[in-house]
Amino acid sequence: MAETMVKAAEVGFIDEVCSIPGGEAIRSCIQCGMCTGSCPTASRWEYPPRQAIAMVRAGLRDELLSSNSMWFCASCYACTVRCPRDIKPTDIMHALEVLAIKNGLSTKRSRTPVMYKCFVDSAKGNGRVYAFGVMLKLFLRTNPFAALKLAPVGLGMFLHKRLPLKPSRIKGIGELKAILDKAKALGGAK
Amino acid sequence: MKSYSYFPGCESEATASPLGLSVLPVAKELDMDLIELEDWNCCGSSPYGSVDKLEAACLAARNLALAEKTGLDLVTPCSNCYVVLHGADANLKEYPALRGQVSEALAVANLDYKGGVRVRHLAEVLYTDITPEVIGAKVTKPLKGLKVASYYGCQLVRPDGFDDPESPHSLDELVASLGADVVSWELKAHCCGSSLVMSEPEVALGLINKLLRNAQENGAQCLITPCPLCQINLDVYQSQVNSQFKTKYKLPVLFVTQLIGVALGVKPGALALSRNIVSPMRVLAPYL
Repeated sequence: MAETMVKAAEVGFIDEVCSIPGGEAIRSCIQCGMCTGSCPTASRWEYPPRQAIAMVRAGLRDELLSSNSMWFCASCYACTVRCPRDIKPTDIMHALEVLAIKNGLSTKRSRTPVMYKCFVDSAKGNGRVYAFGVMLKLFLRTNPFAALKLAPVGLGMFLHKRLPLKPSRIKGIGELKAILDKAKALGGAK
Repeated sequence: MKSYSYFPGCESEATASPLGLSVLPVAKELDMDLIELEDWNCCGSSPYGSVDKLEAACLAARNLALAEKTGLDLVTPCSNCYVVLHGADANLKEYPALRGQVSEALAVANLDYKGGVRVRHLAEVLYTDITPEVIGAKVTKPLKGLKVASYYGCQLVRPDGFDDPESPHSLDELVASLGADVVSWELKAHCCGSSLVMSEPEVALGLINKLLRNAQENGAQCLITPCPLCQINLDVYQSQVNSQFKTKYKLPVLFVTQLIGVALGVKPGALALSRNIVSPMRVLAPYL
């Protein structure tokens, strides 16, 4: 009985990851550790890349999806070009991020999930990303005091004409919203 | 004159405006006709693809569909836009189910993407189509004696770049064609932390410190990069690195188009050199 349950969990999680574009090659991992050795931020991951991949295959779904791990991926693709099994660990980390958000499991031990959501809101709202707005929203939602430390950076950008105070918006924003609404109605990538 | 469909990307018009501004006069000098893609939207960038894959694919696909109507290659100066648009195009070809969903969503706006756009990075176009030889022949102010470290960053060369993913050389050849001295340094294609500088500043500042130290130790007087995120991290956050690590870097970080423009004799104002946070005026003075 217990054995059957473990098996069900294993099949479920790895299939979920495989169903997201870029996630499917995970089955051919040989656990060599090239990904972790190549990762510039691995020391900060609760479960570094090689271990995260092992956890997908072991069915340790909630433990991994609620960790801070994949949120430290900076999309540098060093692991992807070095992986001897052509697994594209970067894409797998993005797939794990999607699953964590979709299931309401994204961690508070990294500010990156909140930043990504602010970013998506900005792109959706105007059709263009407004970096200043993303930053303000991120600090308000996570740590308003951190904004004080970064005030000189923001001021410097403003004085060098690199911080527009107004977002720009595309003409076809209505059209873009209709496309995204349709995507939502289609229920996410299959 | 060669024509291209041009995708500036959001940051080229805002936080990385020296890039967006310097691209245009340089393109003119090099006989490139960059035709801005009409009403382009955010490429989706890496964060969107980490939240919702289908919506991210739709954002990219709207741009690809608009570009397809022009019949021209789609060129962007932003490394992240390049990876995202190029990757979306590849995914739409590799995953028929995804393509079906995206087609259905685009149809709402009477758009369709058939898969006929070639997405390219501006640095690759400068290297492959224009070539360092032709650029070199147009140089009016050779950057003799200027020691330049080319910083490739990640997404220009990985995962599907046009150059060696670990030890690239294209930007070095462009720098050499301008008459400058090419600095050899180990970390030229290592990560700067990208947008983690906002959410996890201590991680990104550590990476930026390593890059600046390595470039400086190898004698660089300035760095060049094609990527908005890399330039922002190394230039805008250099003061934060200095206060965090008690360092005294004063290394100007130019966009590759700004340096090419100086060598081609384009006026400093048109290259937006005053918008770089760490001023490049001192090291560039002999050439202006």
